[in-house]
Amino acid sequence: MKLILTDDQRELAGSVRSFLADVAPMARVREVAESDEPYDARLWERMCGELGLAGLAVPEEYGGAGAGHAEVAAVQEELGAALTPSPFLASAVLAANVLLEAADEEAAKAYLPGIAAGTTVAAVSVPGDGPAPAVRAGDRLDGTLPHVVNGADADLVLLVADGGLFAVESGAEGLARTPLTVLDLTRPQARLSLDGTPARRIGSGEGVQRALELAAVALAAEQLGGLRHCLDAMVEYAKLRVQFGRYVGSFQGVKHKLADMHCTLEQAESVVRYAAWAADESAEELPVAAALAQSYMGRAYFQVAKDSLLLHGGIGFTWEHDAHLYYKRAKSSQLLLGSPRHHRAHLAESLGLLA
Amino acid sequence: MTDLDEYGRRARAWLDANASDLPRDPDLATCRAFMAELYDAGYSGITWPSEYGGQGLSAAEERAFQQASRDHRLPVGPFGIGLGMCGPTLLSIGTEEHKKRYIRPLLRGEEIWCQMFSEPGAGSDVASLQTRAVLDGDAWVVNGQKVWTSVARQADYGLLIARTDPDAVKHQGITMFIIDMHDPGVTVRPLRDMSGDSHFNEIFFDDVRVAPDQVVGEVNGGWSAAVTTLLHERVSIGMGATRTERAASFGNMAAAARERGLLEDPAVREQLIDLYLQERAFDLFNARLSQEVKAGIQPGARGSIAKLLLAELTLASSDVASEILGADAVAYEEGGGTIARALAFAPGMALGGGTNEIMRNIIGDRVLGLPREPQVDRGVPFRELKVGTQAKEAGK
Repeated sequence: MKLILTDDQRELAGSVRSFLADVAPMARVREVAESDEPYDARLWERMCGELGLAGLAVPEEYGGAGAGHAEVAAVQEELGAALTPSPFLASAVLAANVLLEAADEEAAKAYLPGIAAGTTVAAVSVPGDGPAPAVRAGDRLDGTLPHVVNGADADLVLLVADGGLFAVESGAEGLARTPLTVLDLTRPQARLSLDGTPARRIGSGEGVQRALELAAVALAAEQLGGLRHCLDAMVEYAKLRVQFGRYVGSFQGVKHKLADMHCTLEQAESVVRYAAWAADESAEELPVAAALAQSYMGRAYFQVAKDSLLLHGGIGFTWEHDAHLYYKRAKSSQLLLGSPRHHRAHLAESLGLLA
Repeated sequence: MTDLDEYGRRARAWLDANASDLPRDPDLATCRAFMAELYDAGYSGITWPSEYGGQGLSAAEERAFQQASRDHRLPVGPFGIGLGMCGPTLLSIGTEEHKKRYIRPLLRGEEIWCQMFSEPGAGSDVASLQTRAVLDGDAWVVNGQKVWTSVARQADYGLLIARTDPDAVKHQGITMFIIDMHDPGVTVRPLRDMSGDSHFNEIFFDDVRVAPDQVVGEVNGGWSAAVTTLLHERVSIGMGATRTERAASFGNMAAAARERGLLEDPAVREQLIDLYLQERAFDLFNARLSQEVKAGIQPGARGSIAKLLLAELTLASSDVASEILGADAVAYEEGGGTIARALAFAPGMALGGGTNEIMRNIIGDRVLGLPREPQVDRGVPFRELKVGTQAKEAGK
């Protein structure tokens, strides 16, 4: 079990961090969030072209770099800290893992090189988000996919129906996409409806569960990055802001809360490192580790984001302050792959509490 | 096989041969005999300098030994304060004579040590201590009272901090002494704590005469040594916890709930999941901290995080466990009562070695670098402070 980053992983994280600080600072994040653009297309091009991020964990035979899930986690931590508006989670994490675990060589060859290059943006409808679509003869689908991250702009949508995995391409007949109004402006979602929409069947869907576990780990890493940012921001502010003639960080009411938030961060980092290790090294421990990571991180990130916002005082409630962007991201992330109760039920099952 | 592997293999073989059939509740004689054997075999003071009786090896051998001893419960409890706190303090700031005189018998379990810092009026604020040491001709004369002292009844020597200059500000008028616990002026009285046992003692000093060569460090310079000693304590409390048994662990409680047919109850499952998350997050943090130490990153004040989290876990888990077990947890027949004991011990974990509030201050000040609270006693001579019995006098 490896719980500390390697030098290479630290270096990777550092280069992503300085790239994002340069190319996608908070002013740019806000510009994209408040526009009609689903994400920063120019930034995405550079993330894929210059840094090769979209293909990081895609095997070389499909045009990727063949790195591990721990490397993806290191990148996700930075994307989460910077609130980068990109389809990385939807396409490079969710869709890439679903395709890789599907054991369908032909589909992998057809879609993965585009995903790895970032030229294809793929999205996934998370199973359990509404009833599964019905499958008509000739693999045509009817139904609704209520919340698909990057669903309005994706070139390809993967979904589970009738015990199988399907791919629907953009522009397919009977596919209607409605962008949703979202609390978290940095991550777009859409409702998709399928009306006799032709789809390509990709394997049995057996690998979907593992792919979702891998995505749960990557999401947890993103949540860790955001959590750390929220704590850092408030610690910094507590050293500057003066009330009653004292820095607010010198009041125990503030200091003790920050100390507890730091304890949460230390444990959160440990949980995420463990889950990332399990993703690469232990197929056996992954189901528990992924459920642990989501059960822990979902609440931990929201709690810290909320406390950080509150400790800022009135300024934290303003639109111009960044605290609300993290607060909203924390909440949307907590519900992205199923609610905390869903992950806790998974955990209970994996730990043998339901037997 | 590397030399280190070989070292660990031999340690394991020695432990299997010498530490396997020891009584569960060993008496002091058994502990002393084992400590002597441990020393003679070369496993006591592994990293301590060889000129004073240690083995002079590196932290790698120490870790290898700890690894090898994980499955054994070594009867070394009475020596813990000496090995973990007093010995390291003497090695870093004691005189050559101190090291030559005291280290070897300490390592061999021939002499037991205790540490006397806290006082009734000086708890979280240890530096406000009032025990006095006054130079009278050829000796310091000590009068006062200490509290919360482990192993004082068995101890032969103890490290004491006492006030030697009441006109200085509070941190600057303190001196550390080596005290002969067999001195007729030293009275040790067991302190019965809420668990019903006496893990700690109160100590009274009545004109105890101490030779000047028993001062540790500089006269009036005892505070910095005491701070280092306390940091050692927190790291060892927090990180040591993974090795001790936890009665109210998730594993034990899941088994108990299953036995009682309670897993059907979603409320019980929710409590068990909460317990699992808290316990697992703590264990993983501890594991990460150890990996960092092995990689050369020193924990420093982050030991306080482990200590705080362990206290919170201990309090929460005994509470949850009692709710799961119901009335059986608090009313039981002979041989039962594991959870009742856990409940009665839990507050001690959140108080000993610094309260949770003090841990949060340390995390805020030293880990996060937050501004300190204004100190009303800064720059004020000790004599003028509202402290302990002085506070009552000031109120008159």
